[in-house]
Amino acid sequence: MDVKDIIKEENLVYSKSKVLTDTIMHYCPGCTHGVVHKVIAEVIEELGIQDKTIGVSPVGCAVFAYNYLDIDWQEAAHGRAPALATAINRLYPDKYVFTYQGDGDLASIGTAEIIHACNRGENIVVIFINNGIYGMTGGQMAPTTLIDMPTSTTPYGRKVDLNGYPLKITDLVAQLPGTCFVTRHSAHTPAAVRKLKKAVTKAFQNTRRKKGVSFIEVVSTCNSGWKLSPVESNNWMVEHMFPYYPLGDMKDE
Amino acid sequence: MAELKLMKGNEAIAEAAIRCGCDGYFGYPITPQSEIMETLMARQPWDETGMVVLQAESEVASINMVYGGAACGKRAMTSSSSPGISLMQEGITYIAGSELPCLIVNVVRGGPGLGTIQPAQSDYFQAVKGGGHGDYKLIVLAPASVQEMYDFVDLAFELAFKYRNPAMILSDGVIGQMMEKVQIGDYKPRLTDEEVVKRYGSWATTGKPSTRERNIITSLDLDANSQELFNLKLLKKYAEIEKNEIRFEEISCTDAEYLLVAYGSSSRICQKTVDLAREKGIKVGLLRPITLYPYPYGAIQKLVPQLKGILAVEMSAGQMVEDVRLAVNGKVPVLHYGRMGGVIPTPNEVLKVLEDKLIKG
Repeated sequence: MDVKDIIKEENLVYSKSKVLTDTIMHYCPGCTHGVVHKVIAEVIEELGIQDKTIGVSPVGCAVFAYNYLDIDWQEAAHGRAPALATAINRLYPDKYVFTYQGDGDLASIGTAEIIHACNRGENIVVIFINNGIYGMTGGQMAPTTLIDMPTSTTPYGRKVDLNGYPLKITDLVAQLPGTCFVTRHSAHTPAAVRKLKKAVTKAFQNTRRKKGVSFIEVVSTCNSGWKLSPVESNNWMVEHMFPYYPLGDMKDE
Repeated sequence: MAELKLMKGNEAIAEAAIRCGCDGYFGYPITPQSEIMETLMARQPWDETGMVVLQAESEVASINMVYGGAACGKRAMTSSSSPGISLMQEGITYIAGSELPCLIVNVVRGGPGLGTIQPAQSDYFQAVKGGGHGDYKLIVLAPASVQEMYDFVDLAFELAFKYRNPAMILSDGVIGQMMEKVQIGDYKPRLTDEEVVKRYGSWATTGKPSTRERNIITSLDLDANSQELFNLKLLKKYAEIEKNEIRFEEISCTDAEYLLVAYGSSSRICQKTVDLAREKGIKVGLLRPITLYPYPYGAIQKLVPQLKGILAVEMSAGQMVEDVRLAVNGKVPVLHYGRMGGVIPTPNEVLKVLEDKLIKG
């Protein structure tokens, strides 16, 4: 049997989302970004909102997100994506706006912007990738780096007396009345990806209903930064990240 | 219908924004320019024209909101005063690097640091020579009256969109706070997305229809050669701006033997100095740069052969004077007179320097 005999219309159970471009991703093998991009692309296609969606990409590994999703994009300065998204939302109240931000971007340099965008109840979706490390700059400490976790700027592990505590920013934004849906997910198993996709779908539907900020944290891996194989990274994440950053909805109004 | 109104400079900025079809204002309070946002909030233009007005959490957020709005092809603006403009420098260089049109109004106060809330002209270098990182230029307009505060809002947006480049109105606490009569213009309607495409091309992020490629607004290019190509493209644009957009005013220059060069509120003071000097028989003229970038080097050069000396007057330690010296290239003496920290020079003070330092000196 030839491969051509297998690839037939009636045998197709899966196809790449049309919202995903053919550009080869620059992400490391095992990185969570690619899966999350795929989920967002599928949701945009399924909701039929490709022509009404504007993405705001961050500074960090996902700086090139605009190469992979076939929608209009704005590239923000480090941490400022929620400010850009605020203006887009105010000027285009009937469009769909999402920011895609890492932990350094959202929880460190951009804390003011994210807190105030959430507090104003901007009608936007926030996708927050938390892998506890700065990926693009080479594995430095992030605000979400766990205690004793080694990074290139905490080579002996993060110490509270020197670096303070890992920041649970998602718990913080859940306290703000401007957020309508605050949830924490992962993307390391097919089941987790399906759950994540449900959440992303709900988030964009919340935009349609003008409910305010939908905030989705995705607890993620960074094999290169963590210096572990993809499989080891997933195991490390389950063992160490999940206890501190437990999965589940914090708010769903 | 055009009408005449008595207004503060800051109020004129707000009124002009509403009437010129501005889509969004994003700002943060700071003295001496808070009346701009206060006037806008009191006027509630969202009911009248649909213009968005938002008080941001910081100047950093304001300028990035301007980025977001400008990237949608909208007329987006912010205003602040010196310390706030310093905070905006990151956003301004990103806007310049992404080739976005927008308006930034700086009602300058004395510095450095928290400085004073009194007027100054000590942000010239920041506005004209860079401010943020990288090779970029702002189109910089310097109003000298409340009327020009009003007129330059629309002009700045027109130039910004023509060149896809951020524009700045570099004012100061005098012009911002003083009241003068202003000829108010008719309402220009806000442009629709279709009109923006027709006039300026299809670069804005409006949501990707199936009929075009996706639009990406970014200032990132990791490839050295293609980043350099982009830098060269910017230089070409700046050369165009320098060719087409130089604006200045000459007062009593025809027979002038001495020249005062001053912009903004200093030029108003120097205008009086010219009158006082002429009464004494001193042949002095005033050249007032209206665009600080592009700077009217040529206009100064043209006058040099008839001149015995030039006095640059600024409320700073001497910033614009460097551009005067560049234009003159050592051919005649160029002196600087400035007051700082919020002190405003008087016409007689300037006259005394002209007589004692430039003519007798």
